[in-house]
Amino acid sequence: MNMTFEIEKLLFFYEDRRVIDDLTIDIETGKFYGIIGPNGCGKTTLIDLITKHKNPVSGNITYKGKDLSLYSKKELSMEIALVPQNFYINFPFTVEEIVMMGRYPYIPRFSVPSPEDYRIVYDIMKQTGIYKFKDRFITELSSGERQRIAFARALAQDTPILILDEATSNLDVNYSLNLLNIAAQRVSKEKKTVIAVLQDINLAAIYCDYLLFIKQGSIAAHGNTDEILNQNTLQSVFNVDTKVYFEPYSDSMQVVFKK
Amino acid sequence: MPLTSIKVQEKSGFKNRLQKAIGIQILLLSMTLCGLIVISACMGYIQLSFVDVAKIIVAKIFGQTSMLEGMDKIFSVVVIEVRLPRILTAAVVGGGLAVSGAVFQGILLNPLADPYTLGVSAGAALGASLAFFFNIVLFDQIGLGACSIPVFAFIGAVGTLFFVIYLSSSRGGFSSNNLILSGIIVAAILSAGISFLKHVADEQVSIIIFWLMGSFASRTWVDVFMTSSFLCLGFLIIIFYARDLNLMSLGSRTASSMGVDTGKLTLILLVTASLITAICVSVSGIIGFVGLLVPHMVRFLTGPDNRKLIPVSMLAGSILLLCADTVTRAILPSEIPIGVLTALIGGPFFCYIFRKRQAAVTDN
Repeated sequence: MNMTFEIEKLLFFYEDRRVIDDLTIDIETGKFYGIIGPNGCGKTTLIDLITKHKNPVSGNITYKGKDLSLYSKKELSMEIALVPQNFYINFPFTVEEIVMMGRYPYIPRFSVPSPEDYRIVYDIMKQTGIYKFKDRFITELSSGERQRIAFARALAQDTPILILDEATSNLDVNYSLNLLNIAAQRVSKEKKTVIAVLQDINLAAIYCDYLLFIKQGSIAAHGNTDEILNQNTLQSVFNVDTKVYFEPYSDSMQVVFKK
Repeated sequence: MPLTSIKVQEKSGFKNRLQKAIGIQILLLSMTLCGLIVISACMGYIQLSFVDVAKIIVAKIFGQTSMLEGMDKIFSVVVIEVRLPRILTAAVVGGGLAVSGAVFQGILLNPLADPYTLGVSAGAALGASLAFFFNIVLFDQIGLGACSIPVFAFIGAVGTLFFVIYLSSSRGGFSSNNLILSGIIVAAILSAGISFLKHVADEQVSIIIFWLMGSFASRTWVDVFMTSSFLCLGFLIIIFYARDLNLMSLGSRTASSMGVDTGKLTLILLVTASLITAICVSVSGIIGFVGLLVPHMVRFLTGPDNRKLIPVSMLAGSILLLCADTVTRAILPSEIPIGVLTALIGGPFFCYIFRKRQAAVTDN
């Protein structure tokens, strides 16, 4: 099997709190992964560790068979793109400028973008429905619009791995579906790997091939979405009562909650 | 489409075209700066004509002394030895303060940050005050006694910078909020130290006070070369990292995922910008609002892209401080400290811009 990430016995502390505690998991290439877990369980820290924004205290992360620490930041910027949780910018860049920043890893430091870079950026802005405000200033946009721009910027980076850290948290259902559809397309058509932290379990159930449930810094359960998403898993991870059933309309498992 | 949003788009479109004309902006500003240098060299106690000054400068640069025949020798001395060093120092310091202001704003992700926010200027001021107070003269044997104040200011600035970084750093690096907070705390302590020195100093108190208010009087070619070489070096470093600084404005997690070593970048740029500030403060005293105001105004012209913002800020800062210094040197009946002038004009102007921005925010 072709592995993107092999994570072994990962450990990370904040002060003396174990945020990531003996976490071991393999991430397969060309699949849509969903990371689900209660607030403060270490989801974002896990993402910081696999993007090398933070370094683990101990444990190993292997990316495409090579130790992650052996990659330079520059190399990784052409491998992994991140859509962060809160995307706030203080300076009035235009939308087009922000999306173009996604191409920076491919453009030499003192060069201007090539026609090819412009073509990619324009295509992505059209796909994500932000083309109509390409000349607007990012500081004038709503948080939902900003989030779509952050997503477009990550797509422009054109990497084999796309990481979404609660990227749909400020979006209405229409744009959430639009964004996840685009991500899912990249997985099915271009064999990219998507790792998405999602709060909405039902959206995760529709899109994800695999689910990782994280609790207190380690994997509580993981596996094929249809198999792992059940009453017992949700009870043990979130401590809530649910009914999980197959819904033919969405062609996926769905969860309903009890008051 | 509602009318207002069409208006917004038109406005944005116009702004975009303005921002793309970066080459023309730099050319126009450079020409303005050169013109102003010559014009301000004409002005002063002895009025000279534009042509004479241009002749003197060209003759000096190309060593063509024959061009100056028939001109009073004193004119040449006034321009070359008295006015030009002061004018050029003012221009270089203005550019330096503006560039370091732009960098601090970019790194701290705060359009209201400037060299003073980190306490760097207060550190430089305390260093210089100590040198005045104890009447310390270094390097006198090798004829560089004039450098002792800058050296002390410099040590004070750099020492403060590292202390502020040390205070605000945790294992995960340093956050911009922590840096600003530490900078303000340290600046408050240092200001108290300066006040104490002023309180206990008797004879030197007026020297300290005048230096603190900022002045370009009696600058020499040594000051010009010292400040401009530091500014050039710093500018090259900053412009090299200007694109990474753009990415920093997306937040450190995003910047990191785009290949920027955020901790290293922050450290390099903060040290560079502080060195520029330190050298500027050390030759001119404290000149407020240039570092804050210039990048702020230039952003309207160029947009926030640091690759355009930083060179244009440098030129605009030079022009601004050169004009301010010429006003106090040649136009006002008696010379007032330039720091007072920039604060008196810049402060209210800044309040106006800030208020306009706040009003626009509540409108939405």
